[in-house]
Amino acid sequence: MMSRRARIVGTWLALVVLAAAIAARARYVTDLSAFLPASPTPMQRLLIDQLRVGPASRLILVSLEGADLKTRAEVSVAMAHRLRDDREFASINNGEAVTADRDRAFVFEHRYALSEAVTPQRFTPQGLKAALEATIEGLASPEGLLLKSLVPDDPTGETLQVIDQLARTPAPQSREGVWSSADGARSLLVAETAASGSDTDAQERAQAAIQAAFAGTAAQRVRLRMSGPGVFAVASRASIQRAVVRLSIASSVLVVLILLAVYRSLAALVLGLLPVATGALMGVAAVALVFGAVHGITLGFGITLIGESVDYSVYFFIQSLTGDAEPWQRRLWPTMRLGMLTSVVGFASLLPSGFPGLSQLGAYSISGLIAAAAVTRLVLPELLPRGFAIRDLAPMGARIGRLLEPLRRQDAAIRWGGALVIAAAALAVIAAARGNLWNRELSSLSPISEEAQRYDATLRGDLGAPNVLDLVVVSGADLESVLRETERAAGALEPLIDEHVIGGFDDPATYVPSLATQSARRSSLPEPGVLRANLAQATAGLALDSAQLTPFLRDVEAARDAAPITPGDLRGTSLAAGFNALILHQADRWNALMPLHAANPAAPDIDAARVRSALAASGAGAAQLLDMKHESDALYDGYLHEALRLSLAGLAAIAALLWLALRSLARTARVLAPLILAVFAVTAGLVLFHVQLTILHLVGMLLIVAVGSNYALFFERHTARGGTAPLTLASLAVANICTVIGFGLLSFSGVPVLEALGTTVAPGTLLALLFAALLTPRGSTPADG
Amino acid sequence: MKRRAFGIGVLAFVLARAARGQFGDLDELMRLLAARRHGEVDFIEQHFLAVLKRPAESSGVMIYDAPNRLEKRTAEPRPEVLLLAGDVLTVQRGNRTRVLDLKAYPAIRPFIEGMRATLAGDRGALEQLFTVDYAGTLAHWRLTLVPRDTEVQKKIARVQIEGARSDLTRVEIFEKDGDRSLMTLRDRPIS
Repeated sequence: MMSRRARIVGTWLALVVLAAAIAARARYVTDLSAFLPASPTPMQRLLIDQLRVGPASRLILVSLEGADLKTRAEVSVAMAHRLRDDREFASINNGEAVTADRDRAFVFEHRYALSEAVTPQRFTPQGLKAALEATIEGLASPEGLLLKSLVPDDPTGETLQVIDQLARTPAPQSREGVWSSADGARSLLVAETAASGSDTDAQERAQAAIQAAFAGTAAQRVRLRMSGPGVFAVASRASIQRAVVRLSIASSVLVVLILLAVYRSLAALVLGLLPVATGALMGVAAVALVFGAVHGITLGFGITLIGESVDYSVYFFIQSLTGDAEPWQRRLWPTMRLGMLTSVVGFASLLPSGFPGLSQLGAYSISGLIAAAAVTRLVLPELLPRGFAIRDLAPMGARIGRLLEPLRRQDAAIRWGGALVIAAAALAVIAAARGNLWNRELSSLSPISEEAQRYDATLRGDLGAPNVLDLVVVSGADLESVLRETERAAGALEPLIDEHVIGGFDDPATYVPSLATQSARRSSLPEPGVLRANLAQATAGLALDSAQLTPFLRDVEAARDAAPITPGDLRGTSLAAGFNALILHQADRWNALMPLHAANPAAPDIDAARVRSALAASGAGAAQLLDMKHESDALYDGYLHEALRLSLAGLAAIAALLWLALRSLARTARVLAPLILAVFAVTAGLVLFHVQLTILHLVGMLLIVAVGSNYALFFERHTARGGTAPLTLASLAVANICTVIGFGLLSFSGVPVLEALGTTVAPGTLLALLFAALLTPRGSTPADG
Repeated sequence: MKRRAFGIGVLAFVLARAARGQFGDLDELMRLLAARRHGEVDFIEQHFLAVLKRPAESSGVMIYDAPNRLEKRTAEPRPEVLLLAGDVLTVQRGNRTRVLDLKAYPAIRPFIEGMRATLAGDRGALEQLFTVDYAGTLAHWRLTLVPRDTEVQKKIARVQIEGARSDLTRVEIFEKDGDRSLMTLRDRPIS
């Protein structure tokens, strides 16, 4: 029969191997999904898909700065030439007239189906005459040189009309033959990747290809900069990976050094790290099993586990090896177990969060803490070598005790009075900042710097691309009905341009009109005999000779029987990209996007109410205005409130658990008071440093309570009247140092969510320990005195 | 053999002399033109096109500011403003404004560049785009500009600019297909 030790160690090893196998096979993601909602409304789903995998996500905006326009144009042309051969890219656009011939051919061939001017009235003698007069006037302008050859085929100028329709949305300006910002400071190139924006590996390859193409031009004094969803995804992945790796190494090294300094024993160090390592592994495995994929950011959060699970082994070593007659299992384990349970309850409140980052953090921490505590309780005692010893820490504890002594000697009334003063001052600071306390913007969590976001907006402005903040979305069961509704919505939006409510809008029906519209235009074209007669009447007295216009008669006749334009006809033209960016096909749903351009780029806000009422008045029922920034901030606001509710529920659960274990309201209050005081003080500190609180600060506060409750419980249970045992003080101090280091390092991660957590928890747990030392010990409340 | 070589040598000498004399005057003309910083003239433009039974006419005012700003304000038959500043051409017609990069419109470029470089007295710019032939006297000169670019040559046969001292009087563009446009310029009557 197996010994108890073999059974326990064997089971542990088997579980570790299993967890390692799961962790090794897990999928790790580092895109921005942790910052996006998991269960959005259909409208939000659409937006998120559009951002993650939609056509817009494939666009890499490339800007060239420095040197002079001519040099940059040469660089742009050389890069585009090289990138057009690269299979990573679906298209490269820099304003060169590469697709212009095909575009022109498409527009010319389909001019009668595309032109909005094609109505029955247009082909009456009067209509024709007006159109021909305009054409003759056009011939006298410098563009006349370009129009001249079109006149025999297209005397009514439908080709020009279509070109104007397509140019209605601002196109990027061209300098030296390539796209440029209006001020000429930047030359621009837009690369559309073959892979979707959520394929971060492919995005990274595409960006490397752009870098290589740029390097290949050996341009002097020209700077390359890229922007766009894919660029952000790659950058944030890199920054999260960098942060996770750097933090893991740094905090491991620091904690190892501290433990070595404390234990002065290599065996104790190795044993002491076992609960941490096991916990981290179990945490990853649990998240992989529950969520299917582990977010990189979760690993970053996971470092925080080191803090708490190192505590367990610290308590174990320091307090079990004192030669006390009473085994530690009976003396200390119940306190540890209760501390662990309060932490688990605290983290459990994160599980139901709709914010994937938070629920993963909850699952990771719960499984990690339980595993670490179990290893400490069951495995470590079995592995202790004979004659195991660590340095006597009683003198260290005594020194800490002496440091605290002057404060602790004070009357309970004074100490609690001081606590009340601190609480009141903190609350006053918080109350003063009330209106401004929370950051309610989703972008506050983004790992993309504000500067990068601004630069992206600038490039979009240069390119005449809408800022994607305001969209009219039209949904329907098939493309035709969506296009019809789009045309109706366009009719409603048109007057708003003249009223300066909007500057313009993109419309997929410009590229491919609905079949209904196309057929109406076709039937506007008169039959050959009628057209010939009308034309003869119209040209009487005009400089234009109807004898020259036979090609026109022929083309109109052909257009009457032409097959309608379908999206497939756009292939090979630059118009395909324009159309595809505005049409999303998902399963059984078609969505048309009509991004609105601001009337004044300097004041990009659009009067949403006027747009909504115009849409409603037109009866374009399927068209809805979507204010994306408003939606995403509303979404975040929802999560903030949810997190607030969950945190309060977590706090209540911790209080209930403590009350259940301590069976005394007064004792529960003594344990909780220093923790809540620490939360107040840290919040006030953040406010004083002008930090706006985010969802992660809130989670940090929950962690202060969860971790701090361990300290308070030890003080509460293991302090005799007259003073805390030096060993308890020493173990708590070491545990706290490890925690502060773990979280403190997060403050320097460069990833906003991790920084928020770090700057809250590191000072918070330190204060929690201090306040607990002063307030919690039995006999410390005025009532006990 | 020797005699022939001698003949060629004499010919070359004569040609070089002729060329120097001619281009000496061209340089003088360019200096005259470059000295002019501002000009404002009325213009009448006629387009003789095969597709039209009679020429299409337009008229208006042309304003030049050295060295590279040229504004053509058409009044008739339809108001239109064409503004060339550097390489950027802004066309304003009705309530629509279009901004064009001149480099992207090789067909329009010779006319505008030829005129601007002439007005600026910028011989370098002129000869970069055209082979330049100078004839006449400073009192009545004629520049014949033949595009160097083969793409442009497919459209434009030559541009002919006439003038008296630093005033331009006539700009004529001959297209390859036989169409032509004629712009006559006249100093604005002082009002």
